[in-house]
Amino acid sequence: MAHFKKKRGGSKQEVPTSAMPDVIFILLFFFMVTTVLREVTLKVRVNLTQAQNIEKIEQKRLLSYIYIGPERLPGNRLGEDKVQIDDTIIEDLGAIRTLMYDKLREQPKLIVSLRVDEGSEFGLLTDVQEELKQASTFRINYSTRRER
Amino acid sequence: MLLKKRKREEPDINGSSMADIAFLLLIFFLVTTTINVDTGIGLVLPPPLEDDQEPPPIKERNLMNILVNAEGRILMDDEPKQISDVKPSLIEFIKNPTNDPELAETPDLAIVSIKTQRQTPYKIYVNMLDEVMGAYKDLRDEASRANYGVPYGALQDQSPQQEQVKDMYPKKISIAEGGDN
Repeated sequence: MAHFKKKRGGSKQEVPTSAMPDVIFILLFFFMVTTVLREVTLKVRVNLTQAQNIEKIEQKRLLSYIYIGPERLPGNRLGEDKVQIDDTIIEDLGAIRTLMYDKLREQPKLIVSLRVDEGSEFGLLTDVQEELKQASTFRINYSTRRER
Repeated sequence: MLLKKRKREEPDINGSSMADIAFLLLIFFLVTTTINVDTGIGLVLPPPLEDDQEPPPIKERNLMNILVNAEGRILMDDEPKQISDVKPSLIEFIKNPTNDPELAETPDLAIVSIKTQRQTPYKIYVNMLDEVMGAYKDLRDEASRANYGVPYGALQDQSPQQEQVKDMYPKKISIAEGGDN
């Protein structure tokens, strides 16, 4: 037995590479499918609440997000409720007006998706909504998950 | 002995089924992955009032005032209600089947006003809004079934049928600013 084995080892022995493209494709598809594209890093905690009578938004390109929730502080602590648009936390709520107005000019059919933490107080949300009214971005959407 | 010898002559693995495996995997991931769909309660904000502009006059009977306080207690036109009672009483208010002079004149005139305190948690507010949306959904479904035999959701977007049902029960919801009272 050992004698035969040695002989084979000396002759050419190749790994079949014809399946290599397939393997690569599997990997490609796997990563394509499992990767969730997140455009912004959340600086506030947003646990969405649940509701029953909700609608789906098919046209994602119309959406612009506003995040409201307790600020994430270093060391897993949570701070005050803050408003985040894109990548920055907005301290001065008056800035929302110009920000959203610019977005509206780029996309006249803009829908503002408000992703608000379930524990946040209504007051801050009203202030943000008031700014949205001033920016004439009237179409909003309270992001919720489907209730089960 | 003979069999062993032949095996050694052709050692490569049959790779023709690789493509099938790749496709199976692809299909598996395609089927099992749910692409994140944004869902939520849609709303259209009213335009801001000009300083010198008076709010448009509304008849008291057409207005349903819903007050929600920070503890989640509900007042509907000054009557305390449970959250589960909100939907049926809203439907009654909007449809007004008995022509009660206290309730809305016609469904399209009915306005629902939700007022919450600044301290009210968002969750309670959304629950409330959800109930109101539910009431309108039921009403629109009913109208759509009676007229076209299909639920409202099955009507085509922006079709005349959908517009007609919408006109019958327009969603007039006012989100009042959170007063402290």
